[in-house]
Amino acid sequence: MTSRQRSLSCGFLTIALALAAPFVVPALKVQLAILCIMIVLALTWDALGGQMGYNSFGNVLFFGIGMYASALVQVGLFHDVGAYTAASGTGTFEFSRAQYFVGLALGLWAAPFVAVAVASLLGAGLLGLRGHYFAIATLGLGIAGGEFAASWEYVGGASGFQLPLFPGDFDDRALSFYALALALAVVTFLVLRFLYAGRFGLVLNAIRDDEDKAEALGLYTVRHKVVAWCVVAFFVGCAGAIFGNLNGLIEPREVAFSGATFGVWMVLMAILGGKGTPWGPVLGAVVFYGMKELFWTYLFGWQRVALGILIVVIVLFFPAGILGSLRARRAPATTERRG
Amino acid sequence: MTNLLLFVEAPVLLIQVILDGVLVGALFALAAYGLALVWGVMNIINIVQGELVLLGGYVALTVVGAGLSPFMAIPIAAAVLFIVGWLLYRGVIFRVVEKDLFTSVLATFGLSILIAQLINQGFGADVRSIDSGLGTWLFFDGIVSVSQARVVAFVLALLIGAVLVIFLRVTRLGRAIRATAQNARAARALGVDTGQVYAWTYAINAAICGAAGALIVMIWVIQPFGGLLYTVRAFMIVIVAGLGNVVGVIGAALGLGAAETFVGFVFGTQFQAAFVFSLLVVILVARNVRLARQRRYLR
Repeated sequence: MTSRQRSLSCGFLTIALALAAPFVVPALKVQLAILCIMIVLALTWDALGGQMGYNSFGNVLFFGIGMYASALVQVGLFHDVGAYTAASGTGTFEFSRAQYFVGLALGLWAAPFVAVAVASLLGAGLLGLRGHYFAIATLGLGIAGGEFAASWEYVGGASGFQLPLFPGDFDDRALSFYALALALAVVTFLVLRFLYAGRFGLVLNAIRDDEDKAEALGLYTVRHKVVAWCVVAFFVGCAGAIFGNLNGLIEPREVAFSGATFGVWMVLMAILGGKGTPWGPVLGAVVFYGMKELFWTYLFGWQRVALGILIVVIVLFFPAGILGSLRARRAPATTERRG
Repeated sequence: MTNLLLFVEAPVLLIQVILDGVLVGALFALAAYGLALVWGVMNIINIVQGELVLLGGYVALTVVGAGLSPFMAIPIAAAVLFIVGWLLYRGVIFRVVEKDLFTSVLATFGLSILIAQLINQGFGADVRSIDSGLGTWLFFDGIVSVSQARVVAFVLALLIGAVLVIFLRVTRLGRAIRATAQNARAARALGVDTGQVYAWTYAINAAICGAAGALIVMIWVIQPFGGLLYTVRAFMIVIVAGLGNVVGVIGAALGLGAAETFVGFVFGTQFQAAFVFSLLVVILVARNVRLARQRRYLR
């Protein structure tokens, strides 16, 4: 079987599983939807960290921006946002069925574009930084976003932003958001695959392997870096908008711009699965999310301690990831390519 | 913003704000000096720095809670953190010394989440502080007040820094640390046990952080999830001052302290953290843009 056939059959199998999942385990629809969001986060982190060699801790910024942008559109279309957040979304603020779905559609539409706008503004300056300077600058950026959101009373400040209620029962709600999240994950995967397959992906790999040489070869490194960053912002913004609605409450520091949860999870998922491999982030997200849910269920109160230990263990003992170490076992000679 | 007008009405308030900031800044300088030491010697950016500072503060809280004087708490916090640092090195850090910087950033970030959570489990999420029992001095008819604890902390911070600089200059271990920083391979060839030097360096850094934390808890407040703020402050100071530039570190730290209190006063303290993290991004990008003119970049 060629690698293309293997990849295709892998894809069809995954899609079939994903479509069957909500009917096989109906109680876990919300978790499945979050899993799809996690897959998107891992895939997009890998586009920068794995393919381009820019280890970002700040993609969570676009996650938060997507959440808030969508929420602002959803509420702002029909009500006064300041009054709505001041009342924590309770009381007189009603959304009819039509209003909810129109708001949701427009919110999901607007969120990625706001994220891309921010990404393109920040891009050129930030992507000039390399290595750990980039990593730490983006870490600061994500947290700065959370701090600003937490001190901005218009969007609810530190107490957060309550989203409109879904008109329908719990089951319908979970299933609709699962469908949205799954569609987003599939589209993200396909678009990234398409980009990696062409010249664009080769340029990203060239930047990862040696940026100065890539530039000397006449490649427009800055342009490619900014475009890749914007593509990532687009999908992460989308994911944020869906997750915000799924969660119901946008809490600035713990949910929207949380460097210590989503911000570091996406890095871990990509590393756990295998950086720079197409299926690695997907696999990593599934394995990691399963572990995380177990921690949250059985180690309640100590879950973040367990998570901290997990980070250290993965980074120290498992840096190549699942697919990476499988590949190394199959072809030991070609693994040290990147030194 | 209305607070800005206060400066016009009472210009001495400006002295108050800047003085407060400068006095706190010396403590940032301590943490920054430790960060620069570890960075220079081991080539590790120690994201767990802020949590070590907090841990020092919580050790001091425990010691004072047991009935000892706050000033006894400083050496005890330093000693405890020295041990913590040694254990961290022997347990985790020694594995990332030779790896690339991203590995060490991620590993120490994991440690920082871990320690913040352990503190949270052990001491609760509340904001805590110690009453040092010292009074305040008043100037300008009582408009400007300087707490004596802050002045004592400032002096002690500079003293600890001075002791450290002298230690690195004159002692045998200090020379070994500096030799390892210059060229680890050459130092190894000349018989320096670099593994041991790394362990000492990391433990000394932790002890500095512990002392800084014990001072901070006397003049400010600490809470379990504030660690990253101290890391970012220390990192910024080192970026601005450069590695191994003691005067620069002190200058940058006092400046940062003053700027931060100023912003906190004018816009409200809830913007202080946002300011620190945005300033980090701005400083990094600005430095890099200047270097990019000569087709270079921060490294």
